[in-house]
Amino acid sequence: MKAIEAANLRKTYPGGVRALDGLSLAVEAGTIFGLLGPNGAGKSTTVKILTTLSRPDSGEARVAGLDVIRNAERVRRSIGVVGQKHGLDPEATGRENLEMQAEIHGLTGAARRERVEQLLERFGLAEAAGRIAKTYSGGMQRRLDLALGLVHRPKVLFLDEPTTGLDPEARVELWREIERLAGEEEMTILLTTHYLEEADRLTSQLAIVDRGRIVAEGSPDELKRELRGDTVQVELLESTNGDASAALSQLAGVSELAIDGRLLRARVDNGAAAIPSLITALERAGLRVASATIARPSLDDVYLQYAGRSFQQADTNTKEVAA
Amino acid sequence: MTALRHTWQVALRYIRALLRQPAWVGISLTQPVIWLLLFGALFKRTADIPGFTGGSYIEFLTPGVVVMLAMSSAWVGMGFIEDINRGTMDRLLVSPIWRGALNLGSVAQSVLSLVIQSLIVIGLSLAVGAHFDNGIAGVAVLIGVAALLGAIFASLSNGIAVLARQRETLIGIVTMATLPLTFLSTALMQQSLLPGWIRWAAKFNPVNWAAEAGRSAAGPDADWGLIATRAGFLALLLLASAAFATRAFNAYQRSA
Repeated sequence: MKAIEAANLRKTYPGGVRALDGLSLAVEAGTIFGLLGPNGAGKSTTVKILTTLSRPDSGEARVAGLDVIRNAERVRRSIGVVGQKHGLDPEATGRENLEMQAEIHGLTGAARRERVEQLLERFGLAEAAGRIAKTYSGGMQRRLDLALGLVHRPKVLFLDEPTTGLDPEARVELWREIERLAGEEEMTILLTTHYLEEADRLTSQLAIVDRGRIVAEGSPDELKRELRGDTVQVELLESTNGDASAALSQLAGVSELAIDGRLLRARVDNGAAAIPSLITALERAGLRVASATIARPSLDDVYLQYAGRSFQQADTNTKEVAA
Repeated sequence: MTALRHTWQVALRYIRALLRQPAWVGISLTQPVIWLLLFGALFKRTADIPGFTGGSYIEFLTPGVVVMLAMSSAWVGMGFIEDINRGTMDRLLVSPIWRGALNLGSVAQSVLSLVIQSLIVIGLSLAVGAHFDNGIAGVAVLIGVAALLGAIFASLSNGIAVLARQRETLIGIVTMATLPLTFLSTALMQQSLLPGWIRWAAKFNPVNWAAEAGRSAAGPDADWGLIATRAGFLALLLLASAAFATRAFNAYQRSA
């Protein structure tokens, strides 16, 4: 069963910025689905449409089996959303934040009290429950955000760049929590991120978004497998002056050679088989090798392949445009 | 029921946030006192102008200050802009909250502040010797029409906030609108002493509707027909502005 379906979503913002250009996706119930892409790729707009916050110019989407435009009200009862910005009320205490959210979802009296205390406990906020949320640390605020999105036990949870701005420790902690939600509570989670590492670790299904459309889709491993071969990195003892590229250009099966001082990077069909001949060729040209490593393709390579530019490059470009 | 519960939740949130700012509480309680005493002193001699029939100026001024306090509700949209900027509004909009509650809860908070401020002004003015002929009923009607006016300003402010989403825009509009609306009314000056064109313009000014109705209710010979029509105009305008504030979220959704 599909928990989220979107077909041909298009959206252009006033001012002519095209955010979505025919984006389609389908998310199997009970899985963690990742939308990966640089800033401005259209991830957040997709989440806004799926969570009824924004309307597409054209296209259709269903969440938990309900049309997001015609059945917006019922969609809102079935989803939990943790947005990119904090949704919490900084002037209210953690407990008050949760109480209000519970009331909105129709939980009152003892049921409300029970659920609020349960969430405070579970997210390690029980001690800080009576403190104003603006005094919380970044990690605590994120946990409160997540708790707010879970008050009504949603079927589908949307996490829009949930770990942006968190320190590494808080990030890993949140990752564990997300894995637990998908595992124990059988929730469907749609997560957007521009951290490759995050997508790799959390998601079972991944779509790469670029310029408002999905350019590749599959499990992280499938996507990596589609890339031919491995990346080999060789470190030389001294920096090379063109000798290396001359030496390696004659080797069969070596492509995308890049040299940066003492560092060589190349793509080869089979890393383990290529390394001995690579080293031999280099030493024959009088270049001594300090180390050699093989890397399976990373999601960054996948991104490069499908979006035609490296992830960081795309990210920087978008930021420049935005600025 | 749901509508009421949601409205109360939104109001509670704003009231709590304000009460947690001692500076805000202090300023809101002192501001009406300063206004009444300052305007009372500045325009004291107005009562000596031939043709002024309003009794002592402070008696005349009190309903005017209550109406001017109601106009301060024009600033409540700032809270909406803050909510929009920090994501709180988006979280509410993806929840099944009744849309009308977002504006009405904020309106309820500003009306509550207004009622407290009005009671301070009226109490102070009684203390310095003013006399309100229709007693509690007259004062209640005065506060009632001021509350209607405050609710109108609050709704318009919230609607503009949702559409503009910029502090500067709202500040500009409020600053530009409130002073002329005050002076194109009988808030500070008796109608018969206003220049002709201002008297004409005042007919279309909701601030003047509230000032006329409030003053008539508090004064010696209340004109209940006038009070009822002015209150009716205000009620209609409130319906329209509350609808505007709630509908503004549709435009927000299109451009979000």
